[in-house]
Amino acid sequence: MHLDHTHTGPGAVSADAHRPDGTRRALRIGLGGPVGSGKTATVAALCRALRTELSLAVVTNDIYTREDADFLLREAVLPPERIAAVETGACPHTAIRDDISANLEAVEDLEDAVGPLDLILVESGGDNLTATFSKGLVDAQIFVIDVAGGDDIPRKGGPGVTTADLLVVNKTDLAPHVGSDLARMAADAKAQRAELPVVFQSLRGEAGVTEVAAWVRGKLGAWRA
Amino acid sequence: MVRAAGAPMSRAALLVLADGRFPAGGHAHSGGAEAAVKAGRVTSAATLEEFCRGRLHTVGRVAAALAAAAALGIDPAELDAAADARTPSPALRATARRLGRQLLRAARACWPSPELDALAAAFPKGAHQPVVLGLTARSAGLGPEDAAHCAAYESVGGPTTATVRLLSLDPFEATAVLARLAPELDAVVEAAVAAARRAVLDGTDALPAASGPLLEIGAEGHAAWPVRLFAS
Repeated sequence: MHLDHTHTGPGAVSADAHRPDGTRRALRIGLGGPVGSGKTATVAALCRALRTELSLAVVTNDIYTREDADFLLREAVLPPERIAAVETGACPHTAIRDDISANLEAVEDLEDAVGPLDLILVESGGDNLTATFSKGLVDAQIFVIDVAGGDDIPRKGGPGVTTADLLVVNKTDLAPHVGSDLARMAADAKAQRAELPVVFQSLRGEAGVTEVAAWVRGKLGAWRA
Repeated sequence: MVRAAGAPMSRAALLVLADGRFPAGGHAHSGGAEAAVKAGRVTSAATLEEFCRGRLHTVGRVAAALAAAAALGIDPAELDAAADARTPSPALRATARRLGRQLLRAARACWPSPELDALAAAFPKGAHQPVVLGLTARSAGLGPEDAAHCAAYESVGGPTTATVRLLSLDPFEATAVLARLAPELDAVVEAAVAAARRAVLDGTDALPAASGPLLEIGAEGHAAWPVRLFAS
């Protein structure tokens, strides 16, 4: 059946590394995590750090219409035509894991409209600790938690904390104020994730998103190799 | 016109296609339920039942006939134009095309066929969802009754799931609404398939053209809301 299956229309297979015209598509990185952990702020910081060296676009998945997309527009981290919002019908995890069709259309439409692109960041709507991205949608995923959400989150684990390609523990500047033990969080994360990397960051600090941006560059290097 | 299908007939394929978890984008849409809830027209299982009955006999009936017609092999481009003519709201036309495009992706992965490829090439931004649904059923080796059942069931199943989320409605009461509508749904399907068979001989004007004006008006308002849970 597949032999006479011509690829004349839009791609039939979601994870194809190539676009219909044969060029290699953009690397897609997903950012997930609980509400308020700093996903959108991390996306904004990544855009500012990478936009001069890479051709970038962002897809947001909002619970309520386009809040996160509007934030990115207000902050002017990218031109508006490089930001697309997907609506998720009260189920943000469904849109990134179980039924990824709307998100795939968003990434493909962005590549058609403003491409070629090097990198597309797909931000999930704030969700719970079980939310992960489908491999049919993204090539790698970052899970963002924060110290104020409870320093027992790394110990509790769950698919996001345990399996994400990068775990970001955000808002480290708040740790002394909320009584979070960063050393314990690091040890718990290590126990859950073995060799998978963890970054502790404060976007208010001098280093900001530097470490995460370096990790993204590494992934992009591997994708292009 | 004689029906020529892709794969051999399979009842199990119908279950795959009709499954609410079939990844074709429907989960983000309420079928007008969000607008009806906000307007105070749907507040309970009883009012949900009336809302669904209204949908079933209007947009459900039209969608079922379009799907059956596509499954019978009527030209999808003609059916898409017929669907446009039966959908006054621009917002609903856009939604139908978006959902059609999403369904087509899943369909081509599940039941690849030259007809689905041709549809994707002819409608890169999507054809009306019921037309894609009918052609998907055809590619899966299913018949017009199967396609019409899927379309009619979607017309009430989607809003019911959405209303459970919007009103925190008791899921047993909500699902019982669908069970009570089942005999009516069968009757709608029978009429829709008969109309589709007439359309094979007489053209797409033989397809039903029922519509729910409040659904159309509600959809236009809903599309302009700054804050909403569902895409439509």
